[in-house]
Amino acid sequence: MDCSHVFEFKVNRLIVVFTLFLAFFSSSPVAFAQVDTAHATAHTHAEPEKKKFDIGKFALHHIADSHSWHVIGDTYIPLPVILYTSNGFVTFNSGDFKHDDEGKVVVERKGLRFVKVHEKIYYASDVANDHGQFVSLDEKHHALNERPLDLSMTKNVCTLILSIIILLAVFINVANGYKKRRGKSPKGLQSWMEPIILFVRDDIAKPNLGHKYERFMPYLLTVFFFIWFNNMLGLVPFLPGGANLTGNIAVTMVLAIATFCITVFNGNKYYWKHIFMPDVPWWMYIVMVPVELFGIFTKPIALMIRLFANITAGHILVLSLICLVFVFDSLYIAPVSVAFAVFIGAIELLVAFIQAFIFTILSALFIGMAIEEHH
Amino acid sequence: MITGSIAAIGAGLAAIGAGLGIGRIGGSAMDGIARQPEAASKIQTAMLIAAAFVEAVALFAVVVALMGNG
Repeated sequence: MDCSHVFEFKVNRLIVVFTLFLAFFSSSPVAFAQVDTAHATAHTHAEPEKKKFDIGKFALHHIADSHSWHVIGDTYIPLPVILYTSNGFVTFNSGDFKHDDEGKVVVERKGLRFVKVHEKIYYASDVANDHGQFVSLDEKHHALNERPLDLSMTKNVCTLILSIIILLAVFINVANGYKKRRGKSPKGLQSWMEPIILFVRDDIAKPNLGHKYERFMPYLLTVFFFIWFNNMLGLVPFLPGGANLTGNIAVTMVLAIATFCITVFNGNKYYWKHIFMPDVPWWMYIVMVPVELFGIFTKPIALMIRLFANITAGHILVLSLICLVFVFDSLYIAPVSVAFAVFIGAIELLVAFIQAFIFTILSALFIGMAIEEHH
Repeated sequence: MITGSIAAIGAGLAAIGAGLGIGRIGGSAMDGIARQPEAASKIQTAMLIAAAFVEAVALFAVVVALMGNG
């Protein structure tokens, strides 16, 4: 299987739709301007000027981890808070904060007082400041209080567990299918997964790893499906999804460290000779060896940042497009921004697959470089 | 008076660089596929990998710009 199907969607139709959006977008500012001025004159004296809508703050809040899971409207699923404090472990329900995110509600446990500010938990100050917040803030509104070690079950942790359950359910089913129908044609879920598994084997593992590919297939398949499923879950805006797991740099760091460890521990003598004793005149070693050593670390760091930044950028883009409605404060912008968001969402589906593919193929490439025999 | 962060200019410059890079990669891949349509799948794979490398540099710039902004 090749990856040409990735490009075989209806490009022409997309171009037409995109042009229509652009046409609508370019003609509509006049309309918005008129609506806005009418709106402004009607309300200038009636109500004080509304607070300006901050896209950056809104988008960053939505891609960040959270102590509660938003369902709809004002409904949240509270998640457990687990803190390691000076008095040992402290656990309570995040619902005790009553959806407060400004440090106004204090939760007292084991003689310690906690507040939540921007989804981070701090030790509360003794007295509230002028705004009723039990934290001291610097001029950029960052809290200065001390923090306990936060080991909570956050939204990302729950999504991680959910994705593990999905992955196990799917692949135990597929594995049982192969056991039951040995040598026969696949059926059901199995026939849906088989082309993708073969794609990972034939297009990612075999070309990069050579004849020793079978040893690394479990890792490559795991990392591919983990990233892909989580990218897709991140695109679901409501409950089972909604968390931005692969757009969390800690998660991508763990994946990159796994690739780093496999590369380093499987590196053969030719790989290490290439790093410490490259075939260059000896006086070049002063430059070559540090550069090669540095390269061992930059490769996984690039893997980590690539996945994190791609997914985060996609989420911020979709959120910003939706936010245009609130920035222009006009209903007429809604069709444009929703249509654009749907268009970007379709591209994000493609990106979800491509990033899983890129991470896996680059992992295979790095491992392949480490285990390559001398020729 | 225009207010804002100079980091936005940095992010924009990075976007120009990445646009040029990915444009060249895509254009050359199209040339290659037009000459040898039977090698399309191999060219596309190589194109994606090369594009990922270019894109990574731009994304580093975006991350730095975000950090500088925050």
